[in-house]
Amino acid sequence: MHLAAQVLAGNRLALARLITQIENELPEGWAALSELFPHGGRAHLVGVTGASGTGKSTLVNHLARWYRLEANGCSPRRVGIVAVDPTSPFTGGAILGDRVRMRDLSGDPGVFIRSMASRGSLGGLASATASVVDAMDAAGFELILIETVGAGQSEVEIARLAHTTLVVEAPGLGDEIQAIKAGILEIADLLVVNKADRPGVENTERALRSMLQLAGPVGRVFRHHGRHEYTTGPGPQPGQTQGWVPPILRTVATEGVGIAEVGQAIERHRRALEESGDWERRARARLGSQLDSLLQGALVARWRESLPEIEYQRILDRLVERRLSPWQAVKQLLDGNLE
Amino acid sequence: MSERKLRVLVAKPGLDGHDRGAKVVARALRDAGMEVIYTGLRQTPEMIAEAVLQEDVDAVGLSILSGAHMALVPRILELLKQNGQEHVRVFVGGIIPNEDLPRLLEMGVAGVYGPGTLTEDIVNDIRQAVAKAAHAGGD
Repeated sequence: MHLAAQVLAGNRLALARLITQIENELPEGWAALSELFPHGGRAHLVGVTGASGTGKSTLVNHLARWYRLEANGCSPRRVGIVAVDPTSPFTGGAILGDRVRMRDLSGDPGVFIRSMASRGSLGGLASATASVVDAMDAAGFELILIETVGAGQSEVEIARLAHTTLVVEAPGLGDEIQAIKAGILEIADLLVVNKADRPGVENTERALRSMLQLAGPVGRVFRHHGRHEYTTGPGPQPGQTQGWVPPILRTVATEGVGIAEVGQAIERHRRALEESGDWERRARARLGSQLDSLLQGALVARWRESLPEIEYQRILDRLVERRLSPWQAVKQLLDGNLE
Repeated sequence: MSERKLRVLVAKPGLDGHDRGAKVVARALRDAGMEVIYTGLRQTPEMIAEAVLQEDVDAVGLSILSGAHMALVPRILELLKQNGQEHVRVFVGGIIPNEDLPRLLEMGVAGVYGPGTLTEDIVNDIRQAVAKAAHAGGD
């Protein structure tokens, strides 16, 4: 049986090997994933992001457990987890330590945890993360938790990938002005104040609430190479009285406090997405983004192959000597002249 | 694409709680450009084998200072074999009496490292062992 068939049959080693092939950009990986792709599109993708030290991994651990327990009111779902940690820009290596917090999930055949290094990607995810998630989706994992690198405010890539994005904060990690800065807080479908047993939790919650009120409910706009892609805002829609306003939830993840409420909020968000049509809209935006990014890479690589290296270096030399501007250099390379 | 990244699991099986050595090795491997899945303390053989499978690692580093290596290591090797992952190279570090070395190597352990080992030796051994395993048909 070849790899794609093994993955569909539930072979976990096959899934692990496929993920490695995808990460290493091997053609056999893309081929297998292409076979598997029609079987995907069903998983609920939940992103978990937030600064280091907020307790993301512990939260992911407990959320996954909640989804696995029948006591939560729905039947247990198979849970995939992708945890991304930063690659050192100097050595190219990485310490992937998120599994340390996920001991409770070991031995459960309905859970699959994969650690990924960012391998130079900025924005909180590795470039292969979306494809790895596709593989888990096709393999039958119904809920996929994606934990980002967690470096801070620029980590908005997750919002493009996930249906539901959780932003995790913790008391005392920064002053209230941080909450109002653009970026990470705008992508939240749920705001979680973890380590809520620490002093300052009321201030943190208040700062987040005031940020939400300032921003007001707006549609999600993805600006993508000068084009705008819209999803519906949580303003009144036909047949609806109220849109989705991100709830602020308190948790003490290490003790499992508040986890059920987060799980239930995630489920409510999923229903809201389905009812408003945003589930499809976001999927379209996500796949469009993935298509564009792959296209860009492939086009440039293909075009570069046809360009003699010496010509490229010659133009680069002229650029360095400031006899050409960068824009002229591009025109020269693409059109062969400066007209 | 530059050469393939090596993925190595570093784990402490059993009950001993001294993880300084494991962390030193983990950092050295990272500094050598490897991706280290660090699973921490008190791992059972089953947890380690499960992580080796899900993470599809090239090598495993086991840190054992408790003296339980002759019970833990064979169990882990057996589980890797059951999972179809015999090609994964297993390295053991910690407090391992010399008289146990031959039996460990015979079982299939790729390297044993006591206190005072230079981390660069571990790095080089891992690279060589993984390259050899790949040529032998691992990939």
